[in-house]
Amino acid sequence: MSLVPEIDFGTPASRSERMVTLTIDGNEITVPEGTSIMRASMEAGIKVPKLCATDMVDAFGSCRLCLVEIEGRNGTPASCTTPVAPGLIVHTQTSRLKNIRKGVMELYISDHPLDCLTCAANGDCELQDMAGAVGLRDVRYGYEGDNHVKARSNGEINARWMPKDESNPYFTYDPSKCIVCSRCVRACEEVQGTFALTIEGRGFDSRVSPGMHEHFLESECVSCGACVQACPTATLTEKSVIEIGQPEHSVVTTCAYCGVGCSFKAEMRGEELVRMVPWKDGQANRGHSCVKGRFAYGYSTHKERILNPMIREKISDPWREVTWEEANAHVAAEFRRIQYQYGRDSIGGITSSRCTNEETFLVQKLIRAGFGNNNVDTCARVCHSPTGYGLGQAFGTSAGTQNFDSVEHTDVVIVIGANPTDGHPVFASRLKKRLRQGAKLIVIDPRRIELVSSPHIKASYHLPLKPGTNVAVVTALAHVIVTEGLFDEKFIRERCDWSEFEDWAAFVAEPRHSPEETEAFTGVPAETLRGAARLFATGGNGSIYYGLGVTEHSQGSTTVMAIANLAMATGNIGREGVGVNPLRGQNNVQGSCDMGSFPHELPGYRHISDDATREIFEKLWGVTLNNEPGLRIPNMLDAAVEGSFKGLYIQGEDILQSDPDTRHVSAGLAAMECVVVQDLFLNETANYAHVFLPGSTFLEKDGTFTNAERRINRVRRVMTPKNGYADWEVTQNLARAMGLAWNYSHPSEIMDEIAATTPSFALVSYDYLEKNGSVQWPCNEKNPQGSPIMHVNGFVRGKGKFIRTEYVATDEKTGPRFPLLLTTGRILSQYNVGAQTRRTENVVWHEEDRLEIHPHDAENRGIRDGDWVRLASRAGETTLRALVTDRVAPGVVYTTFHHPTTQANVITTDFSDWATNCPEYKVTAVQISPSNGPSDWQIEYDDLARRSRRIRGKLEAAE
Amino acid sequence: MSEGNKLVRMANQIATFFHSQPASEAANGVATHINKFWEPRMRRQFFDIIDNHGGEGLDSLVLQAAPLIHRPPPAEVPPAARAGNAAAH
Repeated sequence: MSLVPEIDFGTPASRSERMVTLTIDGNEITVPEGTSIMRASMEAGIKVPKLCATDMVDAFGSCRLCLVEIEGRNGTPASCTTPVAPGLIVHTQTSRLKNIRKGVMELYISDHPLDCLTCAANGDCELQDMAGAVGLRDVRYGYEGDNHVKARSNGEINARWMPKDESNPYFTYDPSKCIVCSRCVRACEEVQGTFALTIEGRGFDSRVSPGMHEHFLESECVSCGACVQACPTATLTEKSVIEIGQPEHSVVTTCAYCGVGCSFKAEMRGEELVRMVPWKDGQANRGHSCVKGRFAYGYSTHKERILNPMIREKISDPWREVTWEEANAHVAAEFRRIQYQYGRDSIGGITSSRCTNEETFLVQKLIRAGFGNNNVDTCARVCHSPTGYGLGQAFGTSAGTQNFDSVEHTDVVIVIGANPTDGHPVFASRLKKRLRQGAKLIVIDPRRIELVSSPHIKASYHLPLKPGTNVAVVTALAHVIVTEGLFDEKFIRERCDWSEFEDWAAFVAEPRHSPEETEAFTGVPAETLRGAARLFATGGNGSIYYGLGVTEHSQGSTTVMAIANLAMATGNIGREGVGVNPLRGQNNVQGSCDMGSFPHELPGYRHISDDATREIFEKLWGVTLNNEPGLRIPNMLDAAVEGSFKGLYIQGEDILQSDPDTRHVSAGLAAMECVVVQDLFLNETANYAHVFLPGSTFLEKDGTFTNAERRINRVRRVMTPKNGYADWEVTQNLARAMGLAWNYSHPSEIMDEIAATTPSFALVSYDYLEKNGSVQWPCNEKNPQGSPIMHVNGFVRGKGKFIRTEYVATDEKTGPRFPLLLTTGRILSQYNVGAQTRRTENVVWHEEDRLEIHPHDAENRGIRDGDWVRLASRAGETTLRALVTDRVAPGVVYTTFHHPTTQANVITTDFSDWATNCPEYKVTAVQISPSNGPSDWQIEYDDLARRSRRIRGKLEAAE
Repeated sequence: MSEGNKLVRMANQIATFFHSQPASEAANGVATHINKFWEPRMRRQFFDIIDNHGGEGLDSLVLQAAPLIHRPPPAEVPPAARAGNAAAH
C-alpha cells in the first residue's frame, strides 16, 4: 500500500479545444490553447520548481521560482503566468535560471526556521522540496536581522514574530513558517468562496490574516480546509498530523455526510486515520471539502460508541451485554413469536440512508424475503419522497437530471427551499464560483440565506415567501412565463405532450395565479416575482436546485411537479447547465431509494404489483413476494398505536429525534414488543429499543454510496470494524438466524445481485468502479458510460408531462393562539440529528440549537437576544434560547434540530404531504414567550434518556 | 385524532389534489394513488368507513373513486389465533 498519487500541474486546465504545439527542453508537446507553460511542462513530465502555484487556484506569479527562458523572448518569464504559443522553444534549466532560483530560495530560507526535523510538515513540505530541487547549500544572511522566525533576538522582543494560532480545533496557523505565497488566501477566495483570509501589510510586513487580524475561530473562516490543503509549508497544518505524523498510505473513499458525496483520500498510518483530504479526481467535489467531511470524523472512535450487542426485556430495564449469537437468536425468536401471535404483517424494518447501497438492499431483502411482507421504509420518507413521486410523474424517473459539473455551464440559477452554504457546502462553493463568473441567482426562501448576499455574491432576486406558499409562488412564475409568451415552444412541441401543455398553460394563465393576486398571501411583491420569472425564462441556461424547503410540506409533491413544469416550459432539460436538481440530505438517500427501500417498490423504482418484476426476485430468492404495498413509517407508527404492528428492525436511523410529532413516535415505539436498533450510539430511538446491535462506520466497511447526482461511488474499508462486523454482515447474520441461507462473502457480490436484477444498474460492478472511478446510473447497455445528464434525447417516460398545480393552503394555520410560523433547517457545522457531529470538535461552532426571531417579534414579547424562550405549538412545547436577527421575516421563526435536548420535533405536527406522507416540518404555527428553563417534557425526557442508557456493570454514559 | 380520522384526512388530501386535475382523470387518479400506496389494512379501514359508516367525512371525489379502489383480501388470522380456535373445537 502507498499514498494515492496526485499530480499538481501548477495551474488549472484550459478548456480550449484549439491545440498548440511547442517544445520544452527538447520535447515536443501539444496542449490546449491557454495552458500555462508550467502545466505544459508538467504534462511532458518536467517539474518546473514552484511555490506559489498549485492547480486548484489561478496562477499568481509571485514566488519567482518557476522562471523559464524562451528563445527569442527577453528576460525570464514566470512559467505559471505565461501561456503557451505555437512553436515556442522553452528551456526550464539554464545556468542563468539556476542562479536566479538559488538566490530566490536563499532569501526565502533566510526568513524561515530551520527546525525541519521536528516540523510537522517534514516529509510533506514543498519549501523543503524546492530547496532540494534548486540545490540550495548555504544561507548567508543569518537570523540577526529583521525576521519573523524567532520570538526574541539578542534578548530583545521581536515584534514581527507572532505566536501560533491554535484556536481552530482542527488546524493550526504558525505565522513564523509562512512564506506569503498567498495560496491559502486564493484557495479561500477561488475554491471555497468565503473570502475569510487576506494578506495584511506590505512588503516585509505582509502576513496572512484571518479577517481583520483575528484568530481563525473568531474570523469568517468556515473551516473547509482548502487553505490547509493549499499551504506548501507547515504554516497551516492539521492538528492530527502534528499529533500523529505523516501518513504512509491512503485509500480513496466517499464521505458519509451530505448528499454531495465528496471523494476523499483517507490518509492512514497503519489502521489509524491521520487525516481526510479531498480527492482532486473526485467528480462530485473536484478536490474540495467542507468542515464535516474534512475534519469531523472523530465520532468513529468516540468513547460513547457501543461495541457489544445488548438486550433488555423491558425498556425500563438496564441494558445487558450479550454475544452476537445470543442477540441474533433473541431477535429471530421474538420476530417469529410476534408474527405467530399477531400475523405476518405485524413486523417491519427501516433502511438507512447513512448505510451503503449493499446494506440497504440487504435490509429490504430481509423484510421482503424473510419477514414475508413489504413493511420497509427509509428516512427518505421524511425528506425527499415527494421528489421521487413528483419527478417520477413528470419525467418518468425519480432523480435529479444533472451532474454537479453542470453548474459550471449554467446562466441563471433558482435556489428554492435549500440553504446550500450550510446544507451542501461543497456544491455551494461550486455554485458561488459560477456566480462570481457572472451567472445570475434567484433565491426563493423565507429566510435571507447566505447566498442572498455574501462576499462577491448577490442574488438578482430574493423572493421571501411565507412558509407553505411554494406552490403559489412557482405557479405564479409559470403564469408570467406563459402569459408573457416566454415559454420555449419548440422544446415543448418536441419533448412534451402539446395538448397537456395547452391544458396546463390555460390553467396557470388564469388571473388568480398572477403575481398580483398571489402577493396577498405569499408575501412576495408582484414586481419582484415578475422580474425573477423573466430572468429565468430569458437568461440562458436555467437550472433549479431545491431542498427540503420544497418537499417537507403538505404540498411537497405538488411543488416538485411545479418545478418540473417550470423547467419544461422554459426548455431547461436535457443538456449541460440546466435541469432539476434535488439536493439530497443524507449521503445515500438517493441510493436507499434506488435500492427498493420504499414499501411499494422493488429496487429500480418498480412497483411491487408488477408481476414481471416480482418474478425476477422470486426466482433468484426462492420465495413468493407479497404483491401489496407495505406500511410507510408514519403508517407503521399508526398501526403500532392501534395494536397491529409490534416489531421493528431499524438500521442507522433515529426516528424519535428526526421524525415529526415526537409524542406520536414515542407512543408508537412504546406500543411495540420488539424494537431492534442498529447504530453507532445509543441514539434517542434506542430509548425505546429492546435490542441494540452495534453498527460500523463508513471507514470500517466496503460498499457504495449514491449521491444526489446519481453517482455511484466506492466506500472503502480502511480499518477493522470496532464492533466486529460491517453493517451488511450484521444484517446477514440476523437473516441467517431467521433461517435464510445467505452467504455473501463481500459487498461486491451484493452489487452483482443488484446489477443482475435492476436494469438501471446492469453494468455496475466493483470491477467497473475500480476502472472508471465512479458512474452515474442508468449504467446499462444503452448507457455503458453511465448518464451524467438525463433525458438528453427525450424523457424517460416518453413525453414530459405537464401537471396542473393548484395551491392549497396547509391546514396548519396561524391564529391568535399560535401567531408565528416556525420553519426548520440545518447549520454548516452540524449534521442532521447531530449523532455524529455532536461527538466531534464541531460543537465549538454550534453547541446548542437557537431560535431565530425577528427583532420586531422579539420586542413585542419582551425577548432579548440570548433569552430562554418557550416555543409552543398545538403538538407540544419546548424551550431554547433566542437569537434575534432580521435574517427571518417578521412572523417567521426558525431553528435547527441538531441537539436532542431541544426536541424541536415535539413542536412539529403530524400533517404531511398528500402524496407521500412526507411530514410538514417546514410549517408549524407557534407562539413564543419568555421562559425560565426547560419544559416538563424536556425534564421528563432527559430523565428517560438517562435511565435508558444504563448498561449493567458499566457507569452511566457521560452524555 | 383517531386513526380512522387520519385516514379520512389522508384520502381527502389526495382528492384535493385531483380535484384540480382534468375531470376525466380525477376519480381514477385518486383510486390509482390509493391502490399504489396504501397497505391493505389501511384500505380495509377505508372500506370500513365506506361500508359501515356511510363514508362519513370523505370527499365526494373519494366516494366516486371508491369502486375503483382494490378491496384487500380479509385480514390474515394469526397462526396463534388459528391454533387457539383449533384447540377450542
